Amino acid sequence: MDLFLQQVFNGLTLGSVYTLVAIGLTLVFGILHIPNFAHGALYLVGGYVTLMVMSATGVHYFIAIIASIVVVAVLAVLMERLVFHPLRNSPPIHDKIAAIGLVLFFEALVQLVWGTEYLRMLTPFDNNISVAGVSMTSQRILVIAVTVAVVFLLTLFLKKTMMGASILAMAQNREGAFLVGINANKVAMMTFAISGALAAIAASLASPINLVFPAMGHLVILKAFVVVIIGGMGSIPGAIIAGLVLGLTESMGATYISNDYKDMIAFLLLIIIMTVRPKGLFAKGVY
Amino acid sequence: MDKIFNHRTLIALLVVFALVFPLIYADNRYVLHVMTIGFIFTISVYGMNIIAGFTGQLSLAHAGFFAIGAYSLGILTTRTEMNFWLALLLAVLITSAAGLLLGAIALRTKEHFFAIYTLIVGYLIYLLIDKWDGLTGGIRGLIGIPIPDPIGPLNFESATAMYYLVLFFLLLSIFIAVRIVRSLTGRTYIAIRNSEELAQTLGINTKVNKLISFVISVAYAGLAGALYASLTRFIGPDVASTNMVFNFLMYLIVGGIGTLSGPLVGTMLFVWLEQFLRSYQEYHLLIFGPILVIMVIFFPTGIVGGFYRIKAKLQQKKVPKDNKYFNPVPAKSTKK
Repeated sequence: MDLFLQQVFNGLTLGSVYTLVAIGLTLVFGILHIPNFAHGALYLVGGYVTLMVMSATGVHYFIAIIASIVVVAVLAVLMERLVFHPLRNSPPIHDKIAAIGLVLFFEALVQLVWGTEYLRMLTPFDNNISVAGVSMTSQRILVIAVTVAVVFLLTLFLKKTMMGASILAMAQNREGAFLVGINANKVAMMTFAISGALAAIAASLASPINLVFPAMGHLVILKAFVVVIIGGMGSIPGAIIAGLVLGLTESMGATYISNDYKDMIAFLLLIIIMTVRPKGLFAKGVY
Repeated sequence: MDKIFNHRTLIALLVVFALVFPLIYADNRYVLHVMTIGFIFTISVYGMNIIAGFTGQLSLAHAGFFAIGAYSLGILTTRTEMNFWLALLLAVLITSAAGLLLGAIALRTKEHFFAIYTLIVGYLIYLLIDKWDGLTGGIRGLIGIPIPDPIGPLNFESATAMYYLVLFFLLLSIFIAVRIVRSLTGRTYIAIRNSEELAQTLGINTKVNKLISFVISVAYAGLAGALYASLTRFIGPDVASTNMVFNFLMYLIVGGIGTLSGPLVGTMLFVWLEQFLRSYQEYHLLIFGPILVIMVIFFPTGIVGGFYRIKAKLQQKKVPKDNKYFNPVPAKSTKK
């Protein structure tokens, strides 16, 4: 029983990270209909910036995270302006190829600047707490707490502010949004900024647990795609539920089936789902 | 008429160059090896071109199938000591069968979903190869894949002989690709790329055509993979990695997606460029990544497509000068 509870807890941590990455991905897809393969690169840069700000200036973990959020959000906006905006009228195959070009670039850049070693991120939250037989590091509790807070704030932003409402409006109906005078450029930049910020937060939270290395974005982005497809492209509640479900499934699978094959679970899940429902679960069928 | 003549001369010159090449570099195994690898990748990129360039479905599982071809040959020749040529044939067939199976399922998804689906299948193939120690040797890879068995007096022990063998398959692959694209089947693929709905309205069975095009593309990958395994004689899980498929894609885009000579131009250019930038191995993507982005934004049809566009423009300007035929554009507006 203890083992089970332990795995539930670990699964929730894992799921929180997937959720954060997937929300960014799903927001961008909802607005611009781009599957942003370069999202993993944002995650990667986010992890490294936090680590480097911490080790270079010695500031507190949280301040480093904020710096990382700013850097990655700016990077994401630049990405939209310089790459995806000029490609908005091209065939869909071009966005994907450009995104792959960005991934290659950022991975090489990170290797050039910081080398290829696996780096540890030390945080003030590495002490252990034991509750009802479940041992948890405060870092893992922090991951879950921050995710809940971020999702809450994001929902508030989307529902209660004009800017947020215009993002939702554009996701629901592009032409309608233009008709009421919503500035498409502004919304696109805003969406990319949010998605970059979420990636930076996710990377900063996960790095103390998973180490920082040039390929850290690969698995996360692929799994985020799984989450987004299961949850329905463009749906935030879908991304949250699917993220947690995937986290729990993986954590259970690793314990009760096989640790070696745990990364395959997510992909097999996706392949089965897409085989049965080619547009994903909960798809609205419009895209 | 003289245009066709020029075109043919160019092709003939290229073939002659390829045939004579080993004589020039007879004592330089390294140059021959790089060239042979380039040819093998070109075969694979031609396959990618058929599905992505002509039928318009971006399949990112291509490296996975390349690996299936390589591992099929590797396992058949090392474990069962099968004759090389039989193993080669079987490797292509196994890969095609895998492609048929995946294509039948994956092609029900469209556009983004197809790209994501195939990307994930490709990654799954990589993970399988990496973890399935018993069959694939896992991360240690497969060692000691034999060179092709001799056919009669021909043996393939020298680098030159391997070069000619691969060249033969390359020319065959290009020939088949050209025949497919110029036939009605090729037109059908292009129609599907341009608009699937419209193609359907015209009475084209898009499902079957997409599937056939996918299987052909996969067969190319399988052939290339099998040749790669017997050339390098060692394969590891890396042949299935996403970097491999991104490389193929880069060769295709820069050379010219949806053109007949694009895969050859792009692959040979990059294979040699990578050799010249060898000392910057880890960082060459720093330049190649942005090149990919810039190409897609400004030259979406790559080097070959760009070349034809410029040529067409130049010819357009020339027309008013020797105005023998009807010119729909008034002379005034073309003179600038």
